[in-house]
Amino acid sequence: MQNSTPWQPSCSIELLQLRARMLQRIRVFFAERNVLEVETPLLSHASSTDAQLHFFTTFYETSANRQPLFLQTSPEFAMKRLLAAGSGSIFQICKAFRNGEAGRFHNPEFTMLEWYRINFDLTELMTEVESLFDFLFDGQLAPPLRLSYQTVFEQFTGLNALIFSFEDYSTFAKKANLIDAIKICGDNHVLWLDFLFSFCVQPYLGEKGLCLIQDYPACQSSLARLNANNPLITERVEVFLHGIELGNGYHELTDFFEQNRRFDAEIEIRCRENLPAAIKDENLLAALKNGLPNCAGIALGLDRILMILAKMQKISDVLSFDIERA
Amino acid sequence: MAVYSTSEFRSGLKVMLDNDPCAIIENEFVKPGKGQAFNRVKIRNLKSGRVIERTFKSGETLEGADVVDMEMQYLYNDGDYRHFMMQDTFEQYQADAKIVGDAALWLRDQDMCTVTLWNDSPLAVTPANFVELEIVETDPGVRGDTSGGGGKPAKLATGAVVRVPLFVAQGEIIKVDTRTGEYISRVKE
Repeated sequence: MQNSTPWQPSCSIELLQLRARMLQRIRVFFAERNVLEVETPLLSHASSTDAQLHFFTTFYETSANRQPLFLQTSPEFAMKRLLAAGSGSIFQICKAFRNGEAGRFHNPEFTMLEWYRINFDLTELMTEVESLFDFLFDGQLAPPLRLSYQTVFEQFTGLNALIFSFEDYSTFAKKANLIDAIKICGDNHVLWLDFLFSFCVQPYLGEKGLCLIQDYPACQSSLARLNANNPLITERVEVFLHGIELGNGYHELTDFFEQNRRFDAEIEIRCRENLPAAIKDENLLAALKNGLPNCAGIALGLDRILMILAKMQKISDVLSFDIERA
Repeated sequence: MAVYSTSEFRSGLKVMLDNDPCAIIENEFVKPGKGQAFNRVKIRNLKSGRVIERTFKSGETLEGADVVDMEMQYLYNDGDYRHFMMQDTFEQYQADAKIVGDAALWLRDQDMCTVTLWNDSPLAVTPANFVELEIVETDPGVRGDTSGGGGKPAKLATGAVVRVPLFVAQGEIIKVDTRTGEYISRVKE
């Protein structure tokens, strides 16, 4: 045991008040727009299949057996089941859990705001995101910017994000003093994009106002639809402010067959990389089969937004108790 | 030797990188919401003293380095090597000028210092943060001048040259901060 048991909160009392105010204002924002607040379980029989998200596993004990349950990495699947059941537009403020993620901008348990708008496309959703930030920051942010992934990637690296060239990418890495990228990424285009975007692009996004990046390369599509006019890009948007990633939104995939195919592909990747086996969410698939209404949805990390609102340098500065004190 | 994963890279951890012993200074976790996690790590090469930045895929590992700091007494300089001794075991170690480096400017026979050992061989020598040394050469003191401004160079018994206030005279003993090479105060006999 250390000299003193760290029973005190990681953040100040003022930060608790600022958080409460932020949550109240978010609820006002959605109430005014007739978006219904919902609650879904944190525990699920199915896990995330994304190979980049490490889930927490827990066990449900009944007299008959012992069954693994997983803490959600986001409320997405359960919320989509509500949408398929006819809930209309919904929002949720909840905890999400990602194993192993800890650092200046990461805590394994964090607060997420996720919402879905029926019959919205990505452009309408982006407009609503901008309104929310304008409201939360009392109009103090510079006007928002909407840029394509390809444009910003080329602006900061001179590289084409959609067409991979090992020679061009590695030449740039050497020039940027990031030679580790060559060994780590090899000929894996997706890894290269993650690497270069994280270190050479993202830190410069949204320095004064919100920056919305859209038209992600298809290889980074996750649960988004492919663009109907250009199959190389996807209907996904990411939100950045002060160089920090705040959220990720999609024009949601409603196609059961495509969703099932992506789940299987992700499960195969997990298997290949010797990651814990994932259980695909058959409930979500059944809901999609039944019919998910056309919608767009987005998830935002509220702790990070609070960090920027309060001008704090690390996520533990805005949490009541960070993982070390949990 | 133990193997450490990126999530265990904490400040001060000694690891092997490119066959050299290194110390972790800073470790930043970088992860896009949908994508690969990386660790951007600031590392000091303990052989060269140089600080470099490297990136790892989260979960990558490095082998630990058998690096320990030992309190030792500096014995003497035989011209090629300086000799150090563990006071409890009387075990002796020798280090050449390259390893001793700038520490040579502050070491007087019999002084205690820190010798960093890598696989039981000296890797670096660090003098005490504060040492008291005699001034062997400086311009005559100006009586009554106790101002801090200006100053003059003074050569110490070990050969180091530091700036001292004008009132400090040859033959006096002064306290110096070895990390900055700055004069702290006079020491009364």
